[in-house]
Parts: sequence; C-alpha cells; structure tokens
Amino acid sequence: MSKDFEPKIVGFLCNWCSYAGADLTGTSRMEYPPNIKIIRVPCSGRMNPLFVLKCLMNGADGVLVSGCHIGDCHYSEGNFYARRRFAVLKKLFEYAGIDPRRFQMSWVSASEGEKWAKLVKELVEEIKQAGPNMLGA
Amino acid sequence: MRIGVFVCHCGTNISATVDVEKVAQKISRLPKVKFSATYKYMCSDPGQNLVRESIKEHKLDRIVIASCSPRLHEKTFKKCVEDAGINPYLVEMANIREHCSWVHKDMEEATQKAIEITRLAVAKVSRDRPLEKTYMPIEKKVLVIGGGISGIQSAIDITFARYPVTIIEKEPTIGGRMALFDKTFPTLDCAACILTPKMVTVSQNEYTTIHTYSEVEEVNGHVGNFRVKFRKKARFVDLRKCTGCGACWNKCPVKVDSEFDLGLGKRKAIYVPFPQAIPNVPVIDRQNCLWFTSKKCGLCKKICAFGAIDYDMSDEIIEEKFGAIIVATGFNQFDHSVYGEYGYGRFKDVITGLHFERMANSSGPTAGKIVRPSDGKEAHDVVFIQCVGSRDEQKGVPYCSRLCCMYTAKHALLLKEHNKDSQAYIFYIDIRAAGKNYEEFVKKVQTDYGAVYLRGRVSRIFQKGGKLIVRGADTLSGGQVEIKADLVVLATGLIAQADAAKLAQMLHIPYDQNNLFTEAHPKLAPVETITSGIFLTGACQSPKDIPDTVATASAASVKALGLMVQDKLEREPIVAKVNPDACSGCRSCIQACPFSAIEEDEIEDSRLKRKRAVAKVLEGVCTGCGNCTAVCRMSAIDLEGFTNRQIMEEIEAL
Repeated sequence: MSKDFEPKIVGFLCNWCSYAGADLTGTSRMEYPPNIKIIRVPCSGRMNPLFVLKCLMNGADGVLVSGCHIGDCHYSEGNFYARRRFAVLKKLFEYAGIDPRRFQMSWVSASEGEKWAKLVKELVEEIKQAGPNMLGA
Repeated sequence: MRIGVFVCHCGTNISATVDVEKVAQKISRLPKVKFSATYKYMCSDPGQNLVRESIKEHKLDRIVIASCSPRLHEKTFKKCVEDAGINPYLVEMANIREHCSWVHKDMEEATQKAIEITRLAVAKVSRDRPLEKTYMPIEKKVLVIGGGISGIQSAIDITFARYPVTIIEKEPTIGGRMALFDKTFPTLDCAACILTPKMVTVSQNEYTTIHTYSEVEEVNGHVGNFRVKFRKKARFVDLRKCTGCGACWNKCPVKVDSEFDLGLGKRKAIYVPFPQAIPNVPVIDRQNCLWFTSKKCGLCKKICAFGAIDYDMSDEIIEEKFGAIIVATGFNQFDHSVYGEYGYGRFKDVITGLHFERMANSSGPTAGKIVRPSDGKEAHDVVFIQCVGSRDEQKGVPYCSRLCCMYTAKHALLLKEHNKDSQAYIFYIDIRAAGKNYEEFVKKVQTDYGAVYLRGRVSRIFQKGGKLIVRGADTLSGGQVEIKADLVVLATGLIAQADAAKLAQMLHIPYDQNNLFTEAHPKLAPVETITSGIFLTGACQSPKDIPDTVATASAASVKALGLMVQDKLEREPIVAKVNPDACSGCRSCIQACPFSAIEEDEIEDSRLKRKRAVAKVLEGVCTGCGNCTAVCRMSAIDLEGFTNRQIMEEIEAL
C-alpha cells in the first residue's frame, strides 16, 4: 500500500434522500476528501448489483450505494429491495474473492449533511486500508 | 451528436476553488463535445441566453450545465433548452458546486474532480433519449375521508368553487370530535353553535354528497384518477323515509352506555348520536338490539309512521372515481389506563378531558353539572393533571399534544363558572399557550378564576374516605403537595386513530412511528403527501387546535382545486418501458413494483406461434423508481431517463 494511493470511489445516491443529504453537506460547506464521484439514481432500489461489479471491473477501488432510511423510501419500498439485494451481493464478494470492504451501503436522509461528510471520510480511510483494486488491472 | 457544455462560475462559489476555464477547456477535448464556454451565472437571463444562442449558432443537440445541484435548476435549464428547440430530456447537470467546489479546498483536487464530474454528465447526456410529456384526464370530483370539522371545511371550500365533493364518514353522523366539546378556547364559543352551521352548510349544498356510517375499503389508481371502493354500512333505517321524529328511539327498551357521552350516559339501541346529528336519522346497533340478538321486540318498526325501519338492509359496496383525495380522519384520545399512578382507569372519579366536556355541556349526561361520577355529588376540589400520555416516551407518545394546556385552562374556568365554590388545582410541566389570545386566556384563568397552577408531576392517586388523595410535587416551592380531591381530570393527549396505519397503507401514503400521516415536507408542504393527489388536513397529520385545523382544511382544498381546474394532468415521462420481445413473463417486475404500475399483458409470439404473457407498464401510474429495472433478469424493462445504458455509460466514464 503506497502512501500516495488515492482511492477512486463511486457513490450511487438516491435522488430524494441521499443526494439531497450530500447537497446539504455542500450548502453547509463541510469538507470531505475528493475521492468520491456521485452518480444520481431515482431510488436505491434502481441499483442493479451488476453496476457495482462493473465499477470494480472498471477500476474503481470502492463503491457506495446510499438510499433513504428504512421506512422512509420515497417510493415506499425501494430501499427494502436494495438492502436485500446488496446483502446477497456482499456474500458473492466473499465467494468471488473481492474484498467486502470495497462495497458499502448507507442510509442518509436529506437532513444528514454532517453524516454524509463523516461517512465519506471513513469510507476513504477504509478503502485506503484495503489498497488499490487489482480486479481490472 | 453535438454536445454543448457550459461551466458556471456561480460568482465565486465555484470559481474560488475550481478553475472553471480549465474545466471548460479539458471537456471541450472530448469527442462529442462541440462547444464549451464558461459564464458567471448560468441560471441568470444572460446565462440562459448564452445557452440558447450557442445552441443555434453551433447547432448543438445536447447540453450539459456544470454548476449547482440539479435539485435547484434542473427545471430552469430544461425550459431554457426547450425554448431553443431541444427536447428538455436531453440536458444534464454536473453538480460541481454542492458536491465539489463547496466541499473541497485544494484547487487542483477540486478542479480535477470537477472535470471528472462533468465527464460523467457528458457520458449520460450522450445516451439520453428525447422523451415526451404525457397527459392524463382528471376526474373532476374530490373525495374527503372524514366528516369532522376539517373534512367539513375542506368540502365547503371545494363546493364554493363549484366542484363536486363526496364525504365518507365512519360514524352515523358528521361533526367529529368537535361535536363532543362544550365550549372552545379562547373565545368560549359553544362548540355545537359554531359547528352546526357548518354542518348544515355542507350537507345542504348541491355539490356535496355525504355518506355516513361508511368506510373506505380499497383505493387504486393515481392522481386525477383514483378508484375508491367504500362500504356503506347498513343502518337498518331508510334515509329517504325517516323524518327524524324520534318515535322509535323513544320506544326502544334497550339502554346501553353512550359512546358520545363516553360512558357517562346512556343511549338506546336505535339512536341518533346527538340531537343535531346530520343526517338526523337513527342507526340500529345490532349488537344490542333485541331484534338482531333474539328476534324479539320490533317496537321501532311497529311505531314508525313512515315505514323507515328495515331490518333486512345490508351493507352496500360502492365504487367511485375521484381526481383528488383529502384525508381528514382526525384523532383518538390516549387511553390512560396504562398509568398505574392514576389508578389504571379503575377510579370512577378519575376522568379525561373529554369526559369533562360532556359533563360541562348542558345537553350532556349530567345536564351541565360538574359532578363526581361515583355518587353524583357536585365536585368542589378538582385536580387537573396535564400531559397525560403526551411527552412520555415510555408510554410511546413522545410528542406534545398541543391542546391540553389550553383545554385544561378552559376546564378550570368552566368549573368555576358551574360551581362557584370550587377550586381547581392544575399540575403541569410547562404551559404551552402559543396561539392568538391563548396566553391572555391562561393568565385570566389564574387571576380571575382562581385556578392554582402547580409545577410538578403527580406521583400517585388513591382513594380514601370517599375522596381521591392526589400526591404530587410543587417544584417551584420545592415541596410535596397532597390534595383531597372530589374529581381528577386527566388532560389526555391526542393519538392517531386505531385504523390510521391501515388507511395509510390503502392510500400508499407514508406515516410515522406515531401513526400520524407524513406530510411531503414539514415546513414547505404541510398539507401535501409525497403521493400526488392526496392531501392531509387536521389532526391525522399532527395534533392541532381548531383554528389550525380549519386553516389546513382550506389549504388542502386549495391544493385539490388546483388539480380540478386543470384540463389535463401533465405526467413526467420518467417511466419504465417494456421490450416485449425480451420479456420472459416471469412477473418479477410486477411483484417488485411498489405502486402496482405493471400488469400482465398478452402478445402474439410469431416465432412460437402462440400467445404468451409479458409485462406492461401502466404509464399513468408508474412513478419512475426503477425497481422493476433492477429486478429484471432479461433486461427487458428499462427506466427512461435512468436507463441501464445511461448509467453504465457514466460508470465507463469514471
């Protein structure tokens, strides 16, 4: 693990809660590391696990999917499906020899700007520990 | 494909930490980008003009705006490009402000990230497809669920605009909780006197249809086109023939505890809940009616001069279409029997605020006398305890019920008016008197009506020598108090109705851990829900007093009328689409859809030479969440606006 390793992280954020929460982090001018790039989706339930794998195959070191808190999904049930689906994905990671730290799920509401900043900081640290992703190498 | 990219300085909000010129320059090197520029304020009129003119001059067909969050100006730029002749769904925003310039300090890092974010947006826009808005007709009829003051006010406002309204009310009469009250704070208006005129107005209006003793059973459809099934329960009295003469209930031999009087008085088995009920037609309580329980009596039928009694009536199921729904189902009273300190609900002389209302009411069970329910003697020393059930996490009600401080003060005032020699003691934690003239009212109750306010909680009530001994704290004087009371009135809080969760699920509206219906935004949209076309009013959303209830009722009716006056409803085309050739008919999407927006369809398969089942999206119902797309194993269904290819293109641009 070289000291200058800067992980490339992709975040899939649901439009209604998490994306708005990340916006709030910006509006509140809270700082966090620039390693994460955000892709907007309408709902965490839109996320196909294959997208996560595609990110890792394309050179991302870590992937995050973030949605509304359980029970608060704008589309009423989407995040339940996401939660289940990605629990299975994590199992697949173990099976396929991918470091399970490289994928995380989070629940960030539109009012949790501070939580988003903290989450990104911790995530970057964790992926730094996991090292560069050799999958697409 | 000719993509145009515009990078905003946003004053210095972006340009202070992101080298916007460098971003524009780097992005212009991408293959499909034919034009890039920067501007101080892209959302301003000159900024938008720059976009429109560049589209014309450079023949651009897709646009990326690298600026703030799409949650702010997506609509602005969609309209801007539409004015220049480009489909509004061929524009994307790269959020380089909230997600970049505002959260990173290092200029090199921030600029690099801004370039990458913009590259993602360029990748997405390159795969975007032109989409057309769809239009749906609107059923010009509003449904109001609940016939209390909030439902009544909503209905009055809607009929004023000459649109038809249907009220569905669970009880045999409209009027709700307000009909139980004696007087209302702070004016001390008689509740029935101010409510009944509104009840008459709403019921005599040609645009209103009222179904009492009815309940909603099923709701399907969506804004503009709700299909509602409701059950009109059998009253066993014909509404068309009954004149409300009262001969039947006068003759009825059965007496049971009256729900309206909360058990303090009696009613007959055939009864009208209160004298000013609308409709003024009785209902037969078949649990207690001798005819229904043992085929005896039948006196009411014999005595009815109009032949209005019909024991063979059955429930009616009615299905109707509505364009908008207003939920006005109100509240229930907290059940204080969970408090051992107050006697587990077993002491006859420990009553609730609503009981006090019925006693104080001159047409109530005690003819307006404030008495001890145990022996009927006049109550002199009365202890009022505030916050019973409210503000108590342990009892599952963490919130403040908003009214109890005011109604307790009112009760102390009424007690003094009814019993000149009485003394009121009020145990409180805080006094919440935030409304207009509320603080002045509470002050008056203390100075002019002699109510003694004790700041502290009651630890125990027990019976001794025919009185109730109330032990509590008086924190302001730092001591314990013991009061020998004739009567204890608990200011019980407001909780959601028992069937609130069931109704919310029927309507597909969210509700919180207290079963209160969730508003679309607590500050900016307090009467809307996230479900288009369904609005909230009154205490079913959160405890509130009559002025606030009437205000939200009018607010909700305005929202509903906003839909009624449209010729047709615009629908966003961010909906799922099925490719029937690829669809295997596995129905995973049908199961996954939270809105039942996908149904089974049959197509003729030319290769297999037979019919087979495939999925079909009901575009009017689809809300664009994409759950179907994620579960489809065949990649046969895709969400327009966030298609698989569009997202993957973004991933590939990382």
